[in-house]
Amino acid sequence: MPLYLTDDQAMLRDTARDFMAEQGAIRSQLRHWRDIGCKDGFGHGLWKQFAEMGFAGILIGEEEGGLGLGHVEAGIVLEEIGRNLTPSPFLTTAVAFVAAVKGTAHGARWFPGILAGETVAALAIDEGARHRPEAIAMRAERAGNGFRLDGAKQFVVQGASADVTLVAARTDEGLTLFAVEKDAKGLEVEGVRLADASIGARLTFDGVEVDADAVVGEVGGGDTMLARSLAAGRTGAAAELVGLASAALDMTVDYLKQRQQFGKPIGEFQALQFRSAHLYSELEIARAATLKAQQLLDEGSDAAEAMVSVAKAKASRASQLAVQEGVQMHGGIGMTDEHDIGLYMKRDRVLAELFGDANYHADRLARLKGY
Amino acid sequence: MADLETFRRETRAWLAANCPAEMREPVRDESDACWGGRNPVFKNSAQKQWLEAMAARGWTVPDWPKDYGGGGLSPEETKILRQEMARIGARNPLYSFGISMLGPALLKYGTETQKKHYLPQIARGEIRWCQGYSEPGAGSDLASLQTKCEDKGDHWLVNGQKVWTSYADKADWIFCLVRTDSQAPKHKGISFLLFDMASPGVSTKPILLISGYSPFCETFFDDVTVPKDQIVGELNKGWDVAKYLLGHEREMISGMGLGGHSGTLGEALADAVAGDPLLRADVARFDVDSLAFRAMSEKFIDELKAGKAHPAQPSMMKYAGTELNKARHELIMAAGGADALEWESERSRQGKSAREWLRTKANSIEGGTSEIQLGIVAKRILDLPGA
Repeated sequence: MPLYLTDDQAMLRDTARDFMAEQGAIRSQLRHWRDIGCKDGFGHGLWKQFAEMGFAGILIGEEEGGLGLGHVEAGIVLEEIGRNLTPSPFLTTAVAFVAAVKGTAHGARWFPGILAGETVAALAIDEGARHRPEAIAMRAERAGNGFRLDGAKQFVVQGASADVTLVAARTDEGLTLFAVEKDAKGLEVEGVRLADASIGARLTFDGVEVDADAVVGEVGGGDTMLARSLAAGRTGAAAELVGLASAALDMTVDYLKQRQQFGKPIGEFQALQFRSAHLYSELEIARAATLKAQQLLDEGSDAAEAMVSVAKAKASRASQLAVQEGVQMHGGIGMTDEHDIGLYMKRDRVLAELFGDANYHADRLARLKGY
Repeated sequence: MADLETFRRETRAWLAANCPAEMREPVRDESDACWGGRNPVFKNSAQKQWLEAMAARGWTVPDWPKDYGGGGLSPEETKILRQEMARIGARNPLYSFGISMLGPALLKYGTETQKKHYLPQIARGEIRWCQGYSEPGAGSDLASLQTKCEDKGDHWLVNGQKVWTSYADKADWIFCLVRTDSQAPKHKGISFLLFDMASPGVSTKPILLISGYSPFCETFFDDVTVPKDQIVGELNKGWDVAKYLLGHEREMISGMGLGGHSGTLGEALADAVAGDPLLRADVARFDVDSLAFRAMSEKFIDELKAGKAHPAQPSMMKYAGTELNKARHELIMAAGGADALEWESERSRQGKSAREWLRTKANSIEGGTSEIQLGIVAKRILDLPGA
């Protein structure tokens, strides 16, 4: 498969680009929900529109009412989300959650709501400030005909609005995933507003009792599904970072052409030209790595795991460079809340941490390669 | 699709039968590679056999037309051939500036007679070419070159000096930029000329580099007579040919970013990084960059073949690939420690690590410096102002 978008994929990109620029724009979405202090950090109306466009069902099979497409297509939508900083539960719900429960009984339970844009899902994985899924300590003990969950999770993006949260916990048989509904008794959800105005909830499980059918897949078989979900989430986050960085670069280059100092546009200065060209180069490489990871995931290739980490690490670093150069080259105006460039810097910081930062993924790559 | 699967199966079988075991080892250095030429030097019979087998199928230049000695393969088939060669670690059968630089320019700008004459010889590796671009006063400002080429009625007369001419002392022919109109603006008076290095008046002198190698030469032309039909493209419009060729040269040099082996640097240096967490971290970050760049190279080639690549994209590839290659060799030196510093010893294979490390420093200078490439990206891709 050639490493560029097919004609169908390019058409989807054009559709997603127009839609997100019109419906998901910063002024009408991100700033609006932030300024009114919305407890969800996103608009449910837009999530419904995502469903009407078919986006919500991109990874859901056609036989289950979705579009039956792959990670490349999910990435196309995410890139446009990143470009507009559009707040939405798409990444957690339509990508990471769908990838986890696909092929289990929970598909039938949750997919109709997701396809209708009515259901929001979240993932509860992280327990500390840094992403370390290998070190999950939360316990699930057998109780009655189900399980009792005790422990705490944090950085649960969309956790405060989620109808269902995928919870990773340890049983005697091994890591197990549970689909926990929002009204579960003993579950305490504390919404926390993050730097980018999104909500990353803290969840406390105090003897939360769930039925056996809350288990996703097999008891003790959570590793495979968690890996699938994380691969989808990490590649998706990389795509969103690429979109975010592209917008930051475009905005900065436009500013360099227009802003006059010393009697000429500052874009004529070689120092700024070199830095912009270097940034462009890093961003294109990140874009290629991300597309490669998406294609390998869609092919079910053994090489996908390593490439997912390459994509997340490379996209995080390229995007970090894009927002840092963006704010710096905008000068004083870049420090103001009124200008959008700073919003890109804040969103970048959140996405960089989500599903593991660049160091985590460089280390993971090294382990996968045996050094 | 089914045809491509058949092609893959047949290619795999042919390679298995025809690629000698010795040609499935990585090339150790530039002298270990096969460069062909009028008086070819083969390291062993396997090298000769491999070149002849590949050339007979046109697979030294798989995507060139069959009429010009190529394989006539589609972009998809070419990609499959490359993948299958990589799968068994097959060496490139021929290293050739004719293939990577001059050939594409001849295909685009050459007359039918020139194509029929030169291209099949290039495909078979019968002419070793060198490139006469840079001059002592014309490096990054290439168009200011001064080598003079006068019309003497029935021939051209060439006088001047070139520098950094790679392997000029080993080359059979040169493709050369010469000034045919000294009155015109500097880009408009240049022509693209081919001639035999054995012509009277041509002399070369190797330049000793910090690596101890001499891959580059000074090249002198003293009343060199050249037949009239050896100009490629139009008279005084050689700059167009030169720019087109530079795109291919940059594409070739960017391939250095891939490092020439299929594994990661971390795998190669596993023992050295095991006791040094900071070096391991540096290498891991490098491998992220390296694998990402490998994806970029694949994407770039796919886009190039499909006509989707921006014409200035080779500049970005050249910049990123050469900076990456320099970083790779810094890490190899760090991991090698004192052993990597040995300049003349059996153990260090005559200072292989150190000499290669120093050689890579030229990567971001030759073929247009990194700064030249960044300037091109800034102006032609990002459309930033200023000439």
